Amino acid sequence: MDASAQAPRRRWWLFRRQPKIRRHDLASQWQLMWWKFRRHTLAMIGMVLLGLFAAMVIFAEFISPYPPFERNPAYVAGAPQIPSVIDENGNFRWPPFVQGLKAERDKKTLRLNYVPDPSVKWDVGMFVKGEPYRLLGFIPTDIKLFGVTTEGGFMHLFGTDFTGLDLFSRTIHAARASLGVGFVGVVISFILGAAIGGVAGYFGGWVDNIVMRLIEFIRSIPTLPIWLALAAMLPRDWSPLATYIAITVILSLLGWTWLARTVRSKLLATRQEDFVLAARLSGCSDTRIIVRHMLPSFMSYLIVDASIAFPEILLAETSLSFLGLGLREPVESWGVLLFAAQSIRSIDQAPWLMIPGVFVIIAVLAFNFLGDGLRDAADPYTR
Amino acid sequence: MTRFLMRRLAYTLATLLLVSLVSFIIIQAAPGDFAEIYAAKKADAGAVISAAQIAEVRRELGLDQPWYVQYGTWLANAARGDFGQSWTWRRPVGAVIAERLPLTLAIAFATLVFMYVVSIPIGVYSAVRRYSFGDHAASLIGYLGLAIPNFLLALVLMYLSQRYFGQSVGGLFSPQYSLAPWSWEKLQDLLQHLIVPVIVLGTSGTAFLIRAMRAAVLDELDRMYVLSAKASGLSPMQLLLRYPVRIALVPIASTLGWRLTYVISGAPIVGVVLSLPDMGPLFLNSLLNQDMQLAGALIFLYCALTIIGTFLSDVLLVALDPRIRLE
Amino acid sequence: MSMSTDHPHVIDVSNLSISLKNDNNSIAITRDVSFSIGRGEVLALVGESGSGKSVTALALMQLLGGNLSISSGQIVLTAIDGYSADIAKLGRNGRQIEAIRGARMGMIFQEPMSSFSPVHTIGAQIAEVVTVHEDVGRKEARRRSAELLAKVGIPDPVGALDRYPYEFSGGMRQRAMIARALVCGPSLLIADEPTTALDVTIQGQILDLLSKLKDELGMAILFITHDLGIVAQMADRVAIMYAGSIVETGSVREIFRRPSHPYTRALLEAVPRLGDIDERRRINPIAGSMPNLFEPPSGCRFHPRCPVAVHPRCSLERPPTFGSGGRLVECIHGEAELAR
Ligand SMILES: Nc1ncnc2c1ncn2[C@@H]1O[C@H](COP(=O)(O)OP(=O)(O)OP(=O)(O)O)[C@@H](O)[C@H]1O
Ligand code: SF4
Ligand SMILES: [Mg+2]
Repeated sequence: MDASAQAPRRRWWLFRRQPKIRRHDLASQWQLMWWKFRRHTLAMIGMVLLGLFAAMVIFAEFISPYPPFERNPAYVAGAPQIPSVIDENGNFRWPPFVQGLKAERDKKTLRLNYVPDPSVKWDVGMFVKGEPYRLLGFIPTDIKLFGVTTEGGFMHLFGTDFTGLDLFSRTIHAARASLGVGFVGVVISFILGAAIGGVAGYFGGWVDNIVMRLIEFIRSIPTLPIWLALAAMLPRDWSPLATYIAITVILSLLGWTWLARTVRSKLLATRQEDFVLAARLSGCSDTRIIVRHMLPSFMSYLIVDASIAFPEILLAETSLSFLGLGLREPVESWGVLLFAAQSIRSIDQAPWLMIPGVFVIIAVLAFNFLGDGLRDAADPYTR
Repeated sequence: MTRFLMRRLAYTLATLLLVSLVSFIIIQAAPGDFAEIYAAKKADAGAVISAAQIAEVRRELGLDQPWYVQYGTWLANAARGDFGQSWTWRRPVGAVIAERLPLTLAIAFATLVFMYVVSIPIGVYSAVRRYSFGDHAASLIGYLGLAIPNFLLALVLMYLSQRYFGQSVGGLFSPQYSLAPWSWEKLQDLLQHLIVPVIVLGTSGTAFLIRAMRAAVLDELDRMYVLSAKASGLSPMQLLLRYPVRIALVPIASTLGWRLTYVISGAPIVGVVLSLPDMGPLFLNSLLNQDMQLAGALIFLYCALTIIGTFLSDVLLVALDPRIRLE
Repeated sequence: MSMSTDHPHVIDVSNLSISLKNDNNSIAITRDVSFSIGRGEVLALVGESGSGKSVTALALMQLLGGNLSISSGQIVLTAIDGYSADIAKLGRNGRQIEAIRGARMGMIFQEPMSSFSPVHTIGAQIAEVVTVHEDVGRKEARRRSAELLAKVGIPDPVGALDRYPYEFSGGMRQRAMIARALVCGPSLLIADEPTTALDVTIQGQILDLLSKLKDELGMAILFITHDLGIVAQMADRVAIMYAGSIVETGSVREIFRRPSHPYTRALLEAVPRLGDIDERRRINPIAGSMPNLFEPPSGCRFHPRCPVAVHPRCSLERPPTFGSGGRLVECIHGEAELAR
């Protein structure tokens, strides 16, 4: 059944290499992993991207030029405004600017169109004054990373939606809910997986059998329809926070199986090993043996699994919210923002509404890169 | 071999039963039962309904029985294709689904074929020309394919085809064919419309399979029997196709069930975005409208499809790997 | 490298060097290996692990993989059907080398367990060799396969055609492997430690089978082994390999009676005396260890372990080769030793 149980593979010429003591032989397991990890270019890129996301989450108010719920009635469903340093005559201009705009009503469709007003240029600067807020939740300030310095001007880097909200600011803020769901979901999955897999692997026998059947069952059913059904059962009148928590729990409910499987198989493998036997002989309790001796010995594998589970949960939340069954306003996640882009009519009018999706993709990519690097680093057979 | 298949069959049946129970629980867990919804509808229409009447309806429908009796009845009816009434459609659930099931199956099947046909050659190429430009390109596309949510890909493709081809990709038929009887042209029209859903549904699976195939072939390339076959005079191409690729297909085939699970899992959302007349929009609307008879039946079907697909992939595995027949 | 035997040569290897390319620098894995084998003759290639025996065998069929390649030398094959070619010039791929592999040269490997594909029948894997090389139908190929299986002593050969490798024991699999290597009647059979993975009684059977088939089919055999007992039983001549060079060649008799190279003597002394017949006569460790090929010793590669080394000469220059024909020694004492 198991495809890996094939004829033993022997790289028969590898067997006789002369051993040589290198730095590697003297390093700890974690150091070794770090060295391998550092050589994995994609994984390092993933790390950097995740660092940027972390900054986004922590300094959202500082990075976004506008509060996420501030409407700009003068610029509804407006296209992204990109600052430039070259003016219309091809001359260099400092500071950077965005073109001033004026609204014109289309005679036929009666829709408002925004056309550039060549006489007006709005200067863009760094560390400008904006709406007051509390940095990190407690430092009162009104300095924003960037913004328009010209009185009466505005700049929407990603454009605005149909109600005139700044998409850039919203996207930055939405990182909190989106990554939050992923993070909390992974933590719950982790706990569930470690507990259930731990019980199965440690006790073995019929307990193990039941757990394995359950995992197999959960794996063989399509997750999204079940998620949708569970999410649809949440009462509509729950508070946004309650919904948020409930959705997170639902997503992790079906996501723990990978972790449980890893924990179980590693436990079964380490159960026979000397150090566990030694611990048992010296009278350690079962829980203590699992938690203190066995878990650390395969922690690296769990971290790999977690880094794989994260993007799945993130994608699931995005899909659910996009369909209107996941998180809802006023909670903002990338999926919630994408909800506005649901119909072909709206993306035809305002294709920039799909930009939050790019953030989803980058976040998932970052985690996948990281996961690959971790997997290679945790695998003792790669060099 | 028969023992292996019998065991899988028994397992499949047990899983189906379990899934039916889950579906039933989902139907039951929704707030309000059919009688109350029925009463509310009637009340909306201006009729006056007494509590006694509700109780009457409830008795008629067997809703006053304990849950296991209700489950038994539901299951027995379901086995005959009777999943009760859908109140949003005012028609039997079975009939509503039957209209859309063939297209759902067609999309799932076409997607599976697409995934395997595209990923196997690319995976083999990537393994044989490891670290070549093509390999790097394939793995880049693979990463992207895994990272793009289905619905977003659907949106982007829809937007692009609207903008640059002036053609809407929604639906499965052009207007002139949607009501026409089946004909060669209609089939062609259908296939053209299937391209976008299939790409959308198949991309992440294809990306996954390319990686899996690459790893499997790489694994096999190192084995002794490849060297010994080479030593008996096979040309590189013969060698590659007859041994490493053929054997790498075993683990790949064993993932067929999972792939199907993924395709089925992604199908509802893609159906909604592309407004396909398959089970997807039906499912979403039934959930949004709390039409639980319909939703429960659809969940059951979605699950049943993947479970049966998994069983079929086991059968395929037996055909591909003689070692399993030994069991 | 002139003639030594009265048999016409099937294979004539001269000055074969194999190198490993590695980040722009290349390391010699073997240096100037020369030997030849005549029809119906068995040459045993003996040496410690890592001395380059398998690499040499693979090079003979252009099967070197990865970064290994033939850097110089000739491998002249003269098949029984009159075909002759310098394999070293053929390159790794192409019709010519493919027509040699499996048809004019067969090879069997150490691991009978993994030398067959697990998902194809034994019959299919043997018949394939026939259909690849000869213009025959499937029926005929099957018939030939069954014939060979019968010849290597597999009971119910026709039934065995449709069985899978995992249904066979190790010894049976090695027999099937031999059948596969011989089904097209090769002029040279390369056997790389064909019995190492088998237990002793099976080992004996396989060796007897090989001797019998050799006499029947008249092919040459290059027999690679660690085991001097097998050498005494199987071989006509012996080549001793150390760290990528052949340090001594000679007939079995000469090598066992009058070993002339210090390494050969050390090998023989490491073997239990005649009489301890039950022992598996593996080469016991000789003091010191095989040099690291990445930093080979200068001069004679054996000098760090050699009991009769002459300092500093042995560590400065490569020793000359003495002797002629089939009796060669690469050692500064070679001349005196041979004259003894
Ligand atoms: N593909 C390869 N890449 C790098 N080095 C190799 C490769 N194949 C062989 N070598 C090196 O070449 C040397 C000779 O190896 P070879 O397998 O020929 O030894 P051997 O004499 O057959 O040993 P054994 O008795 O263990 O089979 C070894 O040092 C080995 O490390
Ligand atoms: S050449 Fe010198 S070191 Fe080498 S074997 Fe002969 S005596 Fe020993
Ligand atoms: Mg070897």
